[in-house]
Amino acid sequence: MLEVRHVHTRYGKVDCLKGVGLSVGAGEIVALLGANGAGKTTVLKTLSGLVRPSAGEVLFEGRRIDGVSPEEVVRRGVAHVPEGRKVFQKLTVLENLELGAYLRRDGAGVRGDLEHVFALFPVLKQRLRQRAGTLSGGEQQMLAIGRALMSRPKVLLLDEPSLGLAPIVVSSIFRMIREINREGRTILLVEQNARMALSVAKRAYVLELGEIVLSGEAEAVRDSPEVQSAYLGGG
Amino acid sequence: MSDAQVAAALLAQQLINGLTIGLVYALIALGYTMVYGVIQLINFAHGEVFMLGAYLALTAVWLLTAWLGAPPAILLLCGMFALSVVGCALTGRLIERVAYRPLRGSPKLTALITSIGVSFFLQNAVMLLYGSREQSVPEVLPMVSWEVGGVSVSGMQLLILAVSAAMMVGLDRFVRRTRTGKAMRACAENTEAASLMGISPDAVIRNTFMLGSGLAAVGGMLFAMNYGSVSFHDGYLAGLKAFTAAVFGGIGSIPGAMIGGILLGVFEGLAAGYLSSEWKDVFAFGLLVCVLIFRPSGILGENLPEKV
Ligand SMILES: Nc1ncnc2c1ncn2[C@@H]1O[C@H](COP(=O)(O)OP(=O)(O)OP(=O)(O)O)[C@@H](O)[C@H]1O
Ligand SMILES: [Mg+2]
Repeated sequence: MLEVRHVHTRYGKVDCLKGVGLSVGAGEIVALLGANGAGKTTVLKTLSGLVRPSAGEVLFEGRRIDGVSPEEVVRRGVAHVPEGRKVFQKLTVLENLELGAYLRRDGAGVRGDLEHVFALFPVLKQRLRQRAGTLSGGEQQMLAIGRALMSRPKVLLLDEPSLGLAPIVVSSIFRMIREINREGRTILLVEQNARMALSVAKRAYVLELGEIVLSGEAEAVRDSPEVQSAYLGGG
Repeated sequence: MSDAQVAAALLAQQLINGLTIGLVYALIALGYTMVYGVIQLINFAHGEVFMLGAYLALTAVWLLTAWLGAPPAILLLCGMFALSVVGCALTGRLIERVAYRPLRGSPKLTALITSIGVSFFLQNAVMLLYGSREQSVPEVLPMVSWEVGGVSVSGMQLLILAVSAAMMVGLDRFVRRTRTGKAMRACAENTEAASLMGISPDAVIRNTFMLGSGLAAVGGMLFAMNYGSVSFHDGYLAGLKAFTAAVFGGIGSIPGAMIGGILLGVFEGLAAGYLSSEWKDVFAFGLLVCVLIFRPSGILGENLPEKV
């Protein structure tokens, strides 16, 4: 469904991605792991059109989306939940969710999806008129995911949803990720929390300094010695 | 009347006069603050757009009287409003497209200097088109005024009050309730996150320039009617005052620009009434310097740190 081929992305003169290739099949949860600065965020930004690759191609449902504007990528059905959530702090929870549906013109469908987001994250319904900046970190993450769902995406790109959250909140977010996937949405999940990510993912890729160094079924990646020592603290 | 009553009447009079000019400053200040909000640019050409609005209002009066003889005041007002708002909105859009969009992503100073260049361009263009002499604006409204307890309020002042209040309430509704308005606020807060929603930053920036220029045009029209004359220099001082108002209220904040404009006008009115009218500009710019030194974020400016 989503296919990345030999992608190079650079900031200035420095190549940050050096020929990354990966694919995500319809209905899968795929994890992308890697240390700080490996280039995980850059992969997602390249997919959502925030940065353009200098070489290689990105295909979504068989059509090129590299070099396409972020608006067009959203329109085609890819939603990106950015690192650090980036909810609109000065806007209310409801306004944030409405903006998630910015490109949609089907009012009834939007209202239905709003109810659906409230069913997934009931806390958002209680905070509807509150400024998003007043929410806790976990609530902001829920809002960021809910906002992305409002575009009714086929693929959800999640950048470190567990970042800075307490373990109990992390596990509830991951439960929701699984739930959203069960409803038929494909997910590409970037994480540093390898243990959590591998527990929900079907397959995984490991990125190091802009290159994919390991890939395979989630269990195989989890049991590999490299991942055991570098990301899971085992031996 | 007792001395105390005379003093109170003088104070009320200065407050009303100050409020009137303050509302015009506020209309201009909104454009500075909205553009700053989305692209962090101080658009120094904005004062010239205001001046162009005044000239376009005058042009509408010329055209309508040439065409219809002596049209009713309401028709003249509508014509002035339409020509200056549409003309300025399109000019704002053109300025953004031609002068600022190619500089997106280049250092702030480049765009700032460009805005000064655009400002000179507009001044000279208006001077060449309309001549360098001051133009007098024919009377559109009958000169009426009412006296209440020693305080006089003119029809023109009531018009300024009504029109600016309508503009500000309308703007507030627009920005808070409409899809485009919400996109504007989202973009002002985080352009990258906004584009992930499918919002086109280019479209938002274009709308912001058009909206800000349209509001400045309304200010220009009211200014032309209030003073009875316009000159191609008028944009400079008014623009600087409105910029002061925007900074005073908190650059980037829409209610800040409204409050900043009104307060600046009132301070000026008081300075003119109790010191002398030469003092009012000194007062206004003294205020700018003080705000920049002691509270650069202004009255309502917030430096909300991002929560990570
Ligand atoms: N806008 C930018 N300009 C220049 N260099 C950048 C930019 N964004 C990222 N980089 C560099 O590219 C590299 C990869 O960054 P990226 O954010 O993709 O890593 P990451 O894997 O997401 O890291 P983290 O786990 O810390 O989020 C880093 O070395 C970073 O310094
Ligand atoms: Mg990252």
